[in-house]
Amino acid sequence: MNIPVDLKYSREHEWVRAEGGRASIGITDHAQHALGDIVFVELPEPGAEFGAGEAFAVVESVKAASDVYSPVSGKITEVNEQLAASPELVNSDPYGSWFVVVELSDPGEFDSLLSAEEYGKLCKEE
Amino acid sequence: MEELIFEQCVQGRTGISLPAVDVPEEEIDRMIPHEYLRQDPPGLPEVTEVEAVRHFVRLSQRNYGVDAGFYPLGSCTMKYNPKINEDVSRLDGFARIHPCQGEDSVQGCLELLYNMDRFLSGITGMARVSLQPAAGAHGELAGLMMIKAYHDHRGEKQRTRIIVPDSSHGTNPASAQMAGLEIVEIKSNQWGRIDLGALEQAADGRVAGIMLTNPNTLGLFENGIREIARIVHDAGGLLYNDGANANAILGISTPGDMGFDVIHLNLHKSFSAPHGGGGPGSGPVGVKEELVPFLPRPVVELKDGRYYLDCDRPLSIGKVRSFYGNFGVIVKACAYILAMGPEGLRRAAEDAVLNANYMMNRLKEYYDLPYDQACMHEFVLSGSRQKEKGVTTEDIAKRLLDYGYHPPTIYFPLIVKEALMIEPTETESLETLDRFIDAMIKIAREVGQEPEKVRQAPHTTAAGRLDAVKAARKPVLRWRP
Repeated sequence: MNIPVDLKYSREHEWVRAEGGRASIGITDHAQHALGDIVFVELPEPGAEFGAGEAFAVVESVKAASDVYSPVSGKITEVNEQLAASPELVNSDPYGSWFVVVELSDPGEFDSLLSAEEYGKLCKEE
Repeated sequence: MEELIFEQCVQGRTGISLPAVDVPEEEIDRMIPHEYLRQDPPGLPEVTEVEAVRHFVRLSQRNYGVDAGFYPLGSCTMKYNPKINEDVSRLDGFARIHPCQGEDSVQGCLELLYNMDRFLSGITGMARVSLQPAAGAHGELAGLMMIKAYHDHRGEKQRTRIIVPDSSHGTNPASAQMAGLEIVEIKSNQWGRIDLGALEQAADGRVAGIMLTNPNTLGLFENGIREIARIVHDAGGLLYNDGANANAILGISTPGDMGFDVIHLNLHKSFSAPHGGGGPGSGPVGVKEELVPFLPRPVVELKDGRYYLDCDRPLSIGKVRSFYGNFGVIVKACAYILAMGPEGLRRAAEDAVLNANYMMNRLKEYYDLPYDQACMHEFVLSGSRQKEKGVTTEDIAKRLLDYGYHPPTIYFPLIVKEALMIEPTETESLETLDRFIDAMIKIAREVGQEPEKVRQAPHTTAAGRLDAVKAARKPVLRWRP
């Protein structure tokens, strides 16, 4: 299971990459593996605002449709339109396949996220 | 593979001869404005009558239904559909009527609708039932619209949240979303039931209600249901019962007594009307007294010995279906209820629970059983043990096709990994259950001895493993020349 050490993680299996006051968000290798082949990604509109823990996107695999939760609060500044056309990228490159870029409204939230080590433990427990 | 009928065409071939016109002929452009007329002939298949008949008979022989074999699809209650239901629904008085006929000429049909309202109210412990919804999720939507209308009418417009457990049917949050409500999901506890602490936290002044399936999708009875009802009612919310699993409790316990305020039933599941193949279904929705004014209109009423459609219902959420619902399905369910009687319905539920427990206990040695307790009408196994050997639940389901069975529901509920959800129903014999169990045990052995055989399944069907991913990503939805 691939869990890059330079990223932060949520208990709901999203990863967050901080870049200044912004963060890109995607789903982890563990998540894409559990979901199986992803056939559809539904993304929010740029400008939409989400609180930490709110569902901002949907991924659908041949097994199930699942909400993707925002690990941090903020405003969506960019969405990765490429995923809508090629959802299989989430399977082949989960950490390159960011869903959205968020302008953080509370950078402090970042500290409460899991480290790679903590997230690795969580995956093992499951 | 059978070719599409369009691929069997020979240009100019025809299988019909229309009778001579017996009314004065009229030019089509005089009846329909030119801009609406098509310029090219329609793309109809060009085959002879015998070719058309053979094509569709061959396709029908590829079909698999409860009349062909065992169909243990969890949460779908694929019980046998007694053929007397078909006889009754084809009686002229039911089949050869028109929905626009005057009330006086269809008194028998209105009486049947009126009686079904009373039967289903009695079975569920509700005050009244609307027979309009066309299937289960439609009943959910109508029920949630009534809950919303009820709160709005009481001046509590802030109640916009619906609580659903993480084991719920996907239709529950989907219906809540369609009704314009917000979804709050709560986690199940280690026994697969509602976590009362999480419920207490979620139940506040913004809650419109909770949607629950009881028994739940793990096949377990929510034994905290009275406490759940107290918490939600104390918070001012209502309880919605997804009646998909009603087959487990028919004639034994009533949702009304458990504290539910609204319930839908699936006549095509619990009440033996045909299920699948795209319908039609029927999802009557019942409510307690305080919600009766909000029922879809019209409802059938009886006055001075005459049945009539009451449309004068100012607080009604309105019509949810053209005319009066899927009437033929309601007739079939009525025939079933009358044939079974209260004792028979109870016996059906008891046998459904007995069959499920028998299968669960015979299979749990060979497959993981995450919630190892006495179950109701269905149970959920996990293929985790097999997954470790590189064989997925999907592979096991496909292998069952080789043994001649429709597979169980797979990958649902979402809280069980590699889930296999099995519901035998009461209409299967011990011998049928044993044959299916033996096939499942054989497959479990194959996973250990020849896993590739399971991974490559099915081997004996008309088509091999279909590419589900490609079908979802790049669907071809129609034939093009």
